[in-house]
Amino acid sequence: MSAVLLIARRELGGYFRSMTGYIIAALVLLIDGLLFNAFVLSAGEMFSADVLSNFFYISFGTTVIASVFISMRLLAEERQTGTLVLLTSSPVHDWEIVIGKYLSALAFLAIITLATVYIPALILVNGKVSVGHLASGYLGLLLVGSATLAIGVFGSALARTQVLAAIISGVIVVSILIAHLVSRVTDRPLKDMFMALALYARHFPPFQSGAIHLRDVVYYVVVAYVALFAAIRVMEARRWK
Amino acid sequence: MIEVKGLTKYYGELAAIHDLDFSIERGEVIGFLGLNGAGKTTALKILGCVLLPTAGQVTVDGIDIARDPHEVRRRIGFLPDTPPLYNDMSVGRYLKFAAELRGVAGSEADKAVAEAEEKTSTREVHDQPIFSLSHGFRQRVGVAQALVHRPKLLILDEPTSGLDPVQIVEMRETIRTLRGEHTVLLSSHILSEISQTCDRLLVIQRGEIVAQGSEQDLATKLGGGGTIEVEVQGTSSRAIEVARTVTGIGECSVLHEAGGVAVLSLQGAPDLRPKVVRALVQNQIDVLRIDRGAARLESIFLKLTQDKADGRPQ
Repeated sequence: MSAVLLIARRELGGYFRSMTGYIIAALVLLIDGLLFNAFVLSAGEMFSADVLSNFFYISFGTTVIASVFISMRLLAEERQTGTLVLLTSSPVHDWEIVIGKYLSALAFLAIITLATVYIPALILVNGKVSVGHLASGYLGLLLVGSATLAIGVFGSALARTQVLAAIISGVIVVSILIAHLVSRVTDRPLKDMFMALALYARHFPPFQSGAIHLRDVVYYVVVAYVALFAAIRVMEARRWK
Repeated sequence: MIEVKGLTKYYGELAAIHDLDFSIERGEVIGFLGLNGAGKTTALKILGCVLLPTAGQVTVDGIDIARDPHEVRRRIGFLPDTPPLYNDMSVGRYLKFAAELRGVAGSEADKAVAEAEEKTSTREVHDQPIFSLSHGFRQRVGVAQALVHRPKLLILDEPTSGLDPVQIVEMRETIRTLRGEHTVLLSSHILSEISQTCDRLLVIQRGEIVAQGSEQDLATKLGGGGTIEVEVQGTSSRAIEVARTVTGIGECSVLHEAGGVAVLSLQGAPDLRPKVVRALVQNQIDVLRIDRGAARLESIFLKLTQDKADGRPQ
């Protein structure tokens, strides 16, 4: 088995062997359910498609927050407890460590995200929504998760403690989340640049309403790629310190 | 097996190690001796391919660690000062993960785990979760992960750190069993362990090697030639008088005297012990115990580090 899969398998098992994984999963599902109940079901009569769209809107928020918490431990915790040496002293490349960790977090997030499927299933039973809309929304959530998890991995590579890792990732995620607000008070070409960077405003609403645009898919993939690339470089640089 | 030339590591402006030069032959057990902060851990991390040096060259089996760290890591087993253990895993699962990570796959990995557990006496905790292990077992599992892929070179950073006396003896025994099969480089600031486990010592102080050689070499180099501790029945003055007649025995002192039993410290090489016993017995002095001087290595070490601190040449 390749080093990437070995590391990913161990890490994924770690989520389920400790309470952390169950706590994060339970909190995400609880908050998702509560918010859906409070803001969507109590909002009066709506088309099923709008109900589903609002569900994805809420899930966007919980996915982003969950990503920061899931990823904060990946490298920072290992550095804190000294277990990272097991990996760095083995014949494993730094990129294999980073990608292995990232894939495990992505798989764990995917499991949590798919566990929310009971909510759209309720909409499907009581209303009328297309499977395409459902697939588009979940694809959007997984893409958002893959981008924010990668930012989290970068924060975790940079920080010495988990708390610091969460703060660094949180600041980066919030910065690109509110980039569209900055675009409102700037002129072109900065205005376009900030708008294009916006994590939610420009790229997620199409997924939310059932449309998949290649540019949005590429955006999330590029964010994930850049963050992972930076995380690998940080890991390599740390061998000099 | 290992060639180190001009190895230097700076942390900012501070040189943690400076211009280290030494070589280690295959099968040797080498002790890296130094006070806390002397640069032992930094040097071992570089040899373990965890840290990159600022300058200098290290080759393991002729392979440069800066050029092909991957190949070197295959040949090395590294135990850092804190064993890198995943608390959520069982010992067996953890060791198998470590083996697979270093390229030992499938049933071969199971065999390698069993072997490592055998060598480190950790078979009995195979299924136990790591978080529930005692400190002694944690340290032994740390050694097991370092040798599970059958590396040629084992680097153990303070393997006896924090262990109680019984565990120290067990760990020493474990390291002895590794002799021959692996080249072992271990560090410690507990001098008696180094003396009892290693073939050769590298004494490091403030990032520089201040002396290297066997315990006897170092003692001879420093002019002390070692000490012998002897416990006799009778008065110390008579025993000292007789001991001094043995050629090679220098200064003699009384360590303890009570109830007709005296413990003496004799300046001289441990090889002189049979002659001392013969001389004492021929003069009707009963010998209750004779041994190498316990404080010998401590005095060598203190002398080396003190001289270095004073700026005196070795």
